[in-house]
Parts: sequence; C-alpha cells; structure tokens
Amino acid sequence: MTALLDIDQLLDQMETGLRQVLEQRGAESPVLIGIRTGGVWLADVLRKRLGIEEPFGELDISFYRDDFSRIGLNPRVKPSSLPFDTEGRDIILIDDVIMSGRTIRAAMNEIFDYGRPASIILATLIDLGARELPIQPDVTGRTMALDSHQRVKLRGPDPLRIEFQEAGQ
Amino acid sequence: MTANDASPHPLQLTRDGQLRHFLTLDGLDCALLTDILDTADSFIEVGERTIKKVPLLRGRTVVNLFFESSTRTRSTFELAAKRLSADVLNLDISTSATSKGESLSDTLLNLEAMASDMFVVRHSQSGAPHFIAESVTPGVAIINAGDGRHAHPTQAMLDMLTIRQHKGRFDGLKVAIVGDVLHSRVARSQIRALNVLGAEEVRVIAPGTLLPREVESLGCTVEYDMTRGMKDLDVVIMLRLQKERMEGALLPSEREFYRLYGLNQEKLALAHPECIVMHPGPINRGVEIESAVADGPQSVILNQVTNGIAIRMAVMSMAMGGQVAERQQKLSGRGQT
Repeated sequence: MTALLDIDQLLDQMETGLRQVLEQRGAESPVLIGIRTGGVWLADVLRKRLGIEEPFGELDISFYRDDFSRIGLNPRVKPSSLPFDTEGRDIILIDDVIMSGRTIRAAMNEIFDYGRPASIILATLIDLGARELPIQPDVTGRTMALDSHQRVKLRGPDPLRIEFQEAGQ
Repeated sequence: MTANDASPHPLQLTRDGQLRHFLTLDGLDCALLTDILDTADSFIEVGERTIKKVPLLRGRTVVNLFFESSTRTRSTFELAAKRLSADVLNLDISTSATSKGESLSDTLLNLEAMASDMFVVRHSQSGAPHFIAESVTPGVAIINAGDGRHAHPTQAMLDMLTIRQHKGRFDGLKVAIVGDVLHSRVARSQIRALNVLGAEEVRVIAPGTLLPREVESLGCTVEYDMTRGMKDLDVVIMLRLQKERMEGALLPSEREFYRLYGLNQEKLALAHPECIVMHPGPINRGVEIESAVADGPQSVILNQVTNGIAIRMAVMSMAMGGQVAERQQKLSGRGQT
C-alpha cells in the first residue's frame, strides 16, 4: 500500500478537532507538549495554527518507558524541556502515531512529575488501533489499520510527510 | 594484563558494546564516553524538576559497598540511585563484617542472597571492583566508585561533563592536572578520558616526588614549574593533597607545597582569561587552593558536585540496561535453539 496521505488535510482535521475539544472543556489558555520526535514537529505546526503564544514543551519519554527491563536504556535520550509551569494548566499532548498506548502512558507519568495539570487532551496524527491499554486520543487526524508487515512514519520537520514502509526495508 | 583481556569482549561491555559494568575508562571509546555525557545531560534536567525522580530502576536494589569511607562519593551515588527509584542499601564495610573475619567472597554471597542488582564498590585495593565483577552472579552490575590508585571513572566523567558544559567541546583544549598525581586514582582516569575525547594537551604539574614513574606514558606532558605550566590553560584541575596516603618525606612542608603548587589568583592570571578551575573535593583551603580562587568566578567546583549526581545516574542506568538487555538476549537465544 503506497496510498499517500495529504498531511495538510490531517492537520486541518486535528486543528478543527482541537478547537472543538478546547471549547467543550472551556480551556482558554492551553499549552502544547510534543513527544519526540514527530510529536514535537506537529506541536510546532499546531501552535501556530491555534494561535498559542506560549512556546511548546518537548518530552523525551526514554526514562519512563515500560520496556527498560527488556531492552535497557535508549542511548539516544535527550533532555525533556517544558518551558512553563504545568501546575493547573490545560495541556494538549501531541504524538504522531498511536498504537499500543504505552508511549502515552509514559508521557503522562512524566508530565505529572513536573506538577499536577488541570487536564490533558491527547491529539495524534494517525491512530493505528491495536491498543494494549485503555488510552484513547481525543483528536485524531486519521484512523487506519495497517497490515502486519507495514509501518508508518512521520518524516520532517520541513516538509512534514507521512511515509509508509514495508517491514524489513 | 589480566586473563580477561583474551576473552572476546571486555568484562565491562556486552557483546553489542553496551556498558554492563563500569570499572575503568580503559577500553571505552569516544562514542561510548560521549553517550555517557549525553545521557547525563538528560539527567541534569531531571534534577531541576519538582519531582526529581524517574522510574528506571524501580524495584531494583543498589548496594553501596564502601570498604573505604567517602562522604561525598557515597552520598551522590545514594542520591543518584534514589532518583532512579532504586532501593539503596549503604554498607560501610570498613566498620562491619570484615572486621569480624568474614571474607570478601562471603560478604558478596550474602549480599547477592538479598537479591541485589548492583554493587557500587569503593576499595583501597586496586582491582577490587574488577575482581568482584568477575565473580558476581550474572545480571548484577558493578560500578567502580574508586579503587586504590587505579581508577575513579565516575569522578573523571563528571569532570568531563563539567568541562563540556563550560567549554562546549574538547578539541583544542589545554587542560592541566595539578598536585598529587602519584596518589590520585582520579588523575589517571582524567588523563585517559581527556585523551579519548580529544583534548589538545593534557599537562600534569607537580613536583617529581608526587608523580608516578613514566607518567608521560599515560598520555600527558609534564611541567615541574607551575608558573610556566599555567600558560594558555583552558581548564585547571587541582587535586587534593592526600595527606592520609603520604608515606615518607615526599614533601618538604605543606606551606612549601602551597607556595610552589597552590593555586592563587596570581598564578590563575597566567592562564587563559576564561580558564575554569576544578577540584574533586574535599578542598584543603590554603594547601592546594586559595579561598578567593575556590569561591571565585572561574571556579566550577560546586557544578562538579551537581554533575556528579547526573553522571552516576547515567552510568547506573546504562549498566543496568546493558545487564537486562543481555539477559533478555540469552533468554530469547535459548528459546530459539
């Protein structure tokens, strides 16, 4: 399958969805946090689209992964950076692809070590299903299912594009 | 050379080249040392949070096994382990079981029976952590917290982290190590690390009586006159005068040593104007270093302490990660055959 996805269409979808959820929740001054690496690129784009003035945060969840006891530490870990106080804030958490839900669990654990947010809204570009935990995005660009040999990856940051790969390539 | 050098890979590395113990900087390449520094950078950020803790070593037991007392090293290892969410046991062996006649092997067997995952070892005998790493149960990581005159690799790496923070690089740097090189395990590790990371020049400045024989073979130049040695320096690392290790008349007097090799403002002025001043602590004010310099704007001595926690978190999590990854590979390998 090499059907191309129009990234702008997916971003439009995310923007519209986020505006709706923010309004429903009455969140007037939300802040964005992107999960490295794809989520950070998306947070940058969505911050401009949503007209949020505050800089966005970057999360590296390597220290919070639940598979340390199987694969050890990610050698490419970089510092997380949250340039605002999370206490009492409405947070929009952004990732490129959601599957098992384990990354989001780790990210939420990390966010709570910075303080107690008022709420967290989860937005992902692509939802591949195959969940292993009871975690669902509030906003998704596109829901799709892949065959077991297929992978999807966000490339960026400029331009952003979605790449499908056959496993083993 | 030990028998282990003949084995297919060094004792402290897994077959994929990841750390599984941290015993010495010998045999570790620039890429791995840089990985340690990069990982430590991420742990520095953790130390600035409201909750200064990550769950990496949750449920694991770290035993601080100190056969020789050291307040600062032990407490930063303890804090590092706790910030990784490990359970920590501090054993001061110098006042404990061995004085009742228990052998090192028996002490270790007892600690392993408590399901320990990591031993942080400080010992007055060179090679003790290496010996323990060879005999310990597979899956248990050994971290060298200083052995005899041999090595103090976490101290050297926290010094490298401090240098990189302030200078941003190693190439082109001129670094001097001043004072009691003879009794210093950290000097050996520092010279090694600076050479591997690509410093332009490592200079030792000391009286001949406080230098090991053939010190140049470690990868440094030698200067006996500190006034000449300070020229163009980017980094000056002062060593503590190890009075408790002095045997015989290596020094005329402390006052004479301070006059010749103590760092004061006049001598510091001979170095590059942005030269940073480092010291592993505890400092002897007025013996190795003048208070005005130790507390002055070029001093990064307290940054070294903060960085010590981050480096120890990095090394502990990387070694534990190497152990678990190796165990997992063995399990899956067995499953396939």
